[in-house]
Amino acid sequence: MSLAPAKATAAERASARRDALLAVGMIAPAVLFIVLLVGVPFGLAIYYSLHDVTTGGTAVKWVGLSHFVELVGDRNFQQALGNTILFTVGTLVTVLVLGTILAELLMRDFRGKWVVRFLILLPWTAPVALGLIGWLWMYDSVFSPIDWFLRQVGLLGSRDAALGVLPNLYWLGDKVLAKVSIIVVNVWRILPLATVIVLAGLNSVPRDVIEQARVDRAGYFRRLFQVILPMISPILMIAVLFTFIFTVADMIPIFILTRGGPANSTNTLASLAFFTGILGGNLGRGAAIALFLLPVLGGVSAVLLRLIRRSEVT
Amino acid sequence: MAKLTVRDVHTHFGSVKAVDGVSLDVRDGEFLVLLGASGSGKTTLMRTVAGLEKLTSGEVSIGDRVVNGLPPNDRNIAMVFQSYALYPHKSVYRNISFPLEAVRTSKEKARERVEWAANLFGIGHLLDRKPRMLSGGERQRVALARALVREPNLFLLDEPLSNLDAKLRHQARHELKKLHGRIGITTIYVTHDQVEAMGLGERVAVMNFGKIEQIGKPSDIYREPANTFVARFMGSPAMNLISKDGDILGFHPENLLPVGDFQPDPDSLRLNFHVSGLEDLGADLLLYGSIPGADTTPMGEGTDVIAKLPARLVSSIKVDAEQEFFVRERYVNRFDPATGRRTTAPATA
Amino acid sequence: MVSSAPATGTTAPGRERVRRGFLGGTAFYLTVALFTVFAALPFYVMLITSFKRNSDLFNPEANPFWFAQPPTFDHITLLFTDTLFVRWLLNSFMVGGLVVIITLLLAVPAAYSLGRLAGSWGEVLGIGIFLTYLVPPTLLFLPFAKVIAALDLQNSIWALVVAYPTFTVPFCTWLMMGFFKGIPRDIEEQAMVDGYSRFGAFTRAVLPLAVPGILTIVVFAFTLSTSEFVYALTFVQDSAQKTVSIGVATELVRGDVFKWGPLLAGALIASIPVAVLYTFFIDHFVAGLTAVAGE
Repeated sequence: MSLAPAKATAAERASARRDALLAVGMIAPAVLFIVLLVGVPFGLAIYYSLHDVTTGGTAVKWVGLSHFVELVGDRNFQQALGNTILFTVGTLVTVLVLGTILAELLMRDFRGKWVVRFLILLPWTAPVALGLIGWLWMYDSVFSPIDWFLRQVGLLGSRDAALGVLPNLYWLGDKVLAKVSIIVVNVWRILPLATVIVLAGLNSVPRDVIEQARVDRAGYFRRLFQVILPMISPILMIAVLFTFIFTVADMIPIFILTRGGPANSTNTLASLAFFTGILGGNLGRGAAIALFLLPVLGGVSAVLLRLIRRSEVT
Repeated sequence: MAKLTVRDVHTHFGSVKAVDGVSLDVRDGEFLVLLGASGSGKTTLMRTVAGLEKLTSGEVSIGDRVVNGLPPNDRNIAMVFQSYALYPHKSVYRNISFPLEAVRTSKEKARERVEWAANLFGIGHLLDRKPRMLSGGERQRVALARALVREPNLFLLDEPLSNLDAKLRHQARHELKKLHGRIGITTIYVTHDQVEAMGLGERVAVMNFGKIEQIGKPSDIYREPANTFVARFMGSPAMNLISKDGDILGFHPENLLPVGDFQPDPDSLRLNFHVSGLEDLGADLLLYGSIPGADTTPMGEGTDVIAKLPARLVSSIKVDAEQEFFVRERYVNRFDPATGRRTTAPATA
Repeated sequence: MVSSAPATGTTAPGRERVRRGFLGGTAFYLTVALFTVFAALPFYVMLITSFKRNSDLFNPEANPFWFAQPPTFDHITLLFTDTLFVRWLLNSFMVGGLVVIITLLLAVPAAYSLGRLAGSWGEVLGIGIFLTYLVPPTLLFLPFAKVIAALDLQNSIWALVVAYPTFTVPFCTWLMMGFFKGIPRDIEEQAMVDGYSRFGAFTRAVLPLAVPGILTIVVFAFTLSTSEFVYALTFVQDSAQKTVSIGVATELVRGDVFKWGPLLAGALIASIPVAVLYTFFIDHFVAGLTAVAGE
């Protein structure tokens, strides 16, 4: 054959090389940035957890795994670990159930829907801390609007009231109620996100299949549990994944509402790490606490991601 | 099995009159085709009968029971969607058994019925597979099996063949016809393909703008269309419509024959046909042209008049020249220019 | 796998979505109302309290959901004149703006490269980058504080400008990848046939079509920055350098004394614009999250 094919390959190779260079060049800044500003602190976190480091001093002393060992026996740490599990699971289950119900409701058209949608999304779209400040007032031990309402309907504040004779419930001051309050706030914040994810799933089910199920004489609940939810199981798992991610390492509600109290009873691993490291100055210990989050986060995420990939139905 | 009665049904979506006053009597066991273009209302009519759309006024009765307010699950109907709407996460067996589970049939009875339905369609060997592992034709048969597995009063099919390859379509059409012969359930079949309609239906209802333009046996609708719309809808190529001497005349392309190769009768309509183009399709010759002295406004200004001649019977056609053609009187349809409705009385069957 | 239909329950044009649930008319509206009240009540209370006189506000007997005494602008005035609120708003705005720019510069080219040029290892790397979004700040903030100190940026908003892209870039790269994939390859190939280099085709043919995607990540980068709390709390102590989330949460509380009026007013004022902006783009946000299933 003529010269043409050989020339073409050389040109092709040059162009492919250019493309590859361009590809690398366009990715490099982002990757570099992430590696440096995420990778380095990450590595440092591991380093600190194996050393005795404080914010004040500059002395760094190798202590190996002693932080981890001490923590496992420490009452506060155990409490924090238990709370992390409690808050995360409690929030997850509640959010999934309520989110599916709310998503089903939002599938229908009704007057004023856009306003309702905006309001329902508010807990998630408003900056976290600011919405929580509202709850700080709602939970106040003297001025709580919730307590005021309960007093008005007679459930609180008189001798034969169902919730007690005191004029206020100590939402943030009572050990048990404080935990409930944190879960309520978590649910309040994540529900919009979970709802919107489930809604995206519900909208992705072909209308034909649902109508077929109606023609096949399936009632509402049979359609929901036997047809719709199984078909959107990958999306449901995404809702679970992100609810989990945004709850398990979240220290903001605890910081703003209870500061870990009363008496450390509402600390989670994330908040305990913060208080130990920043307010307590013990960087090594704080880093160790935070590192406990990593296998949990990584493990659950990996399992969920694999389940999601495997359960594609179409 | 039951008859279907539709009484002056209107289904409106806001200002859109999807079904605009339709009345229909379908005999018990009849195979009726709803034929029309998209937007003609045929699918909406079927969905109204199914209960998937709420009717605005009128009455639908299945058997002797008025079913107006009833949801689809209470009407004892079966439906096959264009997409087949198989449950993607269930096996073929569970897909077919789903309607039986919904009415709490016992496991043994259900198995009996599922196997019967599966064998009817030759898919008994596919019961454990999931829909995504099946071919288009196999999925269609699963949808049909699922529809028949209980004993519905009415069988509704929404363009079930349009997703199949052209080659499969002929075969599938033939099988559907045989199936209906065997089982004999009252069936409503929706399609836009008039070849399908002609081949399948005992009766065909041609729909346009939410109304039934004509309902009757396929051959009657073809040969004697009730108005110019139906005339232009049926046939491939469609009936020629010309305006001559204040009248609208309609004749099928296969009835426009050249004098010379064919012998006209004394009362045949004689026309000069100026042929401008010729297509040799092997078995047929298609001639395109115009008729001086007559215009084609009834079928659109500038549309060609078409003649379809069997190639082996024609000796010579001159292109770019005028020739004498004719149409036998009994194949000439006359329509009123004002209303479009046919004016010649229909021949007796 | 997820269709492109809007995620938040709008109906197909021309058709009423006939989805009969098990809840009838009034029960339906009641349940919707209940959810709406649950979600919006704290904000409503914030709204009322922002305008309540202190004597009305600090009276446990008074109705917290309405005014017992005529409303007042005192709290708002105090917020704007007597505190650093305006400064905090400006800080948040500046940080948000700068982070948006950095994110655009890093994420958009990276997304294009991963989505178009890199082939199959692009997919893998893309997911890897997305996964860094999932690493929680509570894990990194302690050592990160040291890194910030080493860069001599402590106690200034520049610390945040450097830190925030660590989570905006991963997520926005992932979102942008999706957008680029939606643009047909034909367009670039046409541009290259017309004489542009690959990069030229990118800037002249592809980017103009990617504007909706770019707008989306601008909004995200901005809202994620203004909502961020942990890094802002850790890196900045100087009152005048705080962002609005931190400022309102820490400065309007002196010891045990809460200036509730200005506090709630500040929280509300800073929340609403962000919420409105986010609401418009939340469908794209969810599409980005659910795309993890499709890939």
